[in-house]
Amino acid sequence: MKKKLGLVVTAMLTAGTILAGCGNSDDGKSSGGDAKKDFKVAMVTDTGGVDDKSFNQSAWEGLTKFGKDNSLEEGKGYKYLQSTAQSDYKPNLNSLIRQKYDLVFGIGFLMGTDVETVAKQQPDAKLAIVDMVVKGDNVANITFSEHEGSFLVGLIAGMQTTSNKVGFVGGVNSELIKKFENGFKAGVKTANPDAEILVQYAEDFNKAEKGQQIANTFYEQGADIIYHAAGGTGMGVFTEAKNRKKNGEDVWVIGVDRDQHEEGMPENVTLTSMVKRVDQAVYEVSEQTAAGKFPGGKIVEFGLKQDGVGIAPTQENVKEDALKSVEDFKKKIIAGEVKVPKTDAEFEEFVKNLK
Amino acid sequence: MQNKNNKMKLLVPLVSVFFGLLIGGIIMLVSGYRPIEAYAALFEGMVGGPYYIGETVRQMSPLILSGLAVAFAFRTGLFNIGVEGQLLVGWLAAVYVGVFVDAPAIVHIPLAILAAGVAGALWGAVPGILKARFKVHEVITTIMMNYIALYSTNEIIRNYMLAPGERTENVKETASLASPFLQSITEYSTLHYGIIVALIAAVIMWFLLWRTTMGYELRAVGFNQHASQYAGINVSKNIVLSMAISGAFAGIAGSMEGLGTYQYMTINAAFTGVGFDGIAVALLGANSAIGVVLAAALFGGLKIGALNMQSIAGVPTELVGVVIALIIFFVACSYIVHWLMNRVSKGGKI
Repeated sequence: MKKKLGLVVTAMLTAGTILAGCGNSDDGKSSGGDAKKDFKVAMVTDTGGVDDKSFNQSAWEGLTKFGKDNSLEEGKGYKYLQSTAQSDYKPNLNSLIRQKYDLVFGIGFLMGTDVETVAKQQPDAKLAIVDMVVKGDNVANITFSEHEGSFLVGLIAGMQTTSNKVGFVGGVNSELIKKFENGFKAGVKTANPDAEILVQYAEDFNKAEKGQQIANTFYEQGADIIYHAAGGTGMGVFTEAKNRKKNGEDVWVIGVDRDQHEEGMPENVTLTSMVKRVDQAVYEVSEQTAAGKFPGGKIVEFGLKQDGVGIAPTQENVKEDALKSVEDFKKKIIAGEVKVPKTDAEFEEFVKNLK
Repeated sequence: MQNKNNKMKLLVPLVSVFFGLLIGGIIMLVSGYRPIEAYAALFEGMVGGPYYIGETVRQMSPLILSGLAVAFAFRTGLFNIGVEGQLLVGWLAAVYVGVFVDAPAIVHIPLAILAAGVAGALWGAVPGILKARFKVHEVITTIMMNYIALYSTNEIIRNYMLAPGERTENVKETASLASPFLQSITEYSTLHYGIIVALIAAVIMWFLLWRTTMGYELRAVGFNQHASQYAGINVSKNIVLSMAISGAFAGIAGSMEGLGTYQYMTINAAFTGVGFDGIAVALLGANSAIGVVLAAALFGGLKIGALNMQSIAGVPTELVGVVIALIIFFVACSYIVHWLMNRVSKGGKI
């Protein structure tokens, strides 16, 4: 008896879903012509979501700017899809390709394998991946020299710390975040060889409370400036700093990816930010592709030279001499006189040469 | 009377799904989205073509298994909230065997799935033993074990199996459940053979519970521990056994992700949610094997359809989470209705 009833339930459920499924078909078949008007571009966020105040948001700002500049319609000409789980990456990428988007961005290295697989299965699609290099002639690989930008904010931290102790909060211990860490440490040590640098990884990009906990420990141990490369987790660092500033402590945060001046308000705790112009990169690669020059199979590197990384435009809290030193080193790095370390081993080497 | 009961059993989930969707639609309306367009997109994203069907079925497989895990324990009167953790250790075990063992596919795949099952069973047995020996409530221990599983698996991956991209290497081809054939007939969805494993597991659960002495004892303990003990059933043994079997199902759910969908294991920043969804699946499926399969189909479809809903109608995927929560809410409510009606009709008789 029970079995029969079960069957009825299935029948009803499936009938309902199948019937409903009949009604719809994919709209707008317009294939990407040469004219820019027909160009359609979209991005898939990683699990941080489009409002992570960091990486994904920056990419979306770039895409929005591109859409507006080319008078595309949001939702039709340019759009984003959010992923709530890792298993959403592939369906989201596929979904956009099936809707005939001419260029699809995967934001973040977590999506690397998925972008690679989809690119292989859909050889006509054009994809781009940020922060990762994958195989495939139809994938543009966008990378940044985060260590160079982190070096510059490290200089500022080294010069402006009064306790001779600064902190670094990383998202997840990985090759990518190590670039931030080592660049930053190198900058601090260059400006202030005696400074002590506390380092901790939250092992999460999306847990503000964890960031706050670590920040609390660091400030407690006497650090006065914390640089975070931890996406949403970094929001907790701001919260902690703001609370302390309210109580009269002189603490600072260095933001990451975007100009995070706003996140430090109203207590004004953002010393500066290491900006990673994901927006710039997304914009540029979109423009190249729209012009028929899709950099498929290539690595597009955005460093100090290309203005892909650097310190934020809001510089009211940075001292004159620190800014000057930043300018000096910027020139030296671009000229190749200073080679900023990316890995732990390179950093050891770098510190040895300092002495 | 019997008839009426069965009617209720069918009505409860159907009415719940209906109300869940209805109220979800009202929420959309209030928040300024178009519910009809959204639901059309949702259903298209569930079954509107081979690609979507492939994705829905793929999403179903781990949900069936995690649902079975919860349902199985529940039949013995135990709340296994630890499916998530058992799933993670199962996932890791499957990937470990998949990466480090060399064997032909015919041995390799079953071996990897078996490893997942054993890992999950061991993980599930611990709260079982604690419950049987020391009367520690399984809800508390299983929740704690989830966190232990999450952070331990992450640490093991980080220290012993790390590959670029915060994950392990891919499992060897011989251990993979992925099928180019299934993928090609579903326009490159991520469909894999895992669904067969899941359906076999559903049959095994039904057989174990309803066709074996062991199943009879397990159910008896679920109905009334003291009566079972009086009847000569070893209650402690059955509690441990039930948790272990439940954990084995959960572990195999992990192997679906490890050998099928992903082919690797990532360092998970948070729980996958599949284990917790299993609770919802078991609840909607009334803890029966067939019910779990159907409920998994519905929830799997909703989750996949949600992506399309976002993509076509611009409704955030979170809304589907709300709809699922509403469905569960109504199922839970109808239990109360059910119970009340039973009381009333009993009262009338005596």
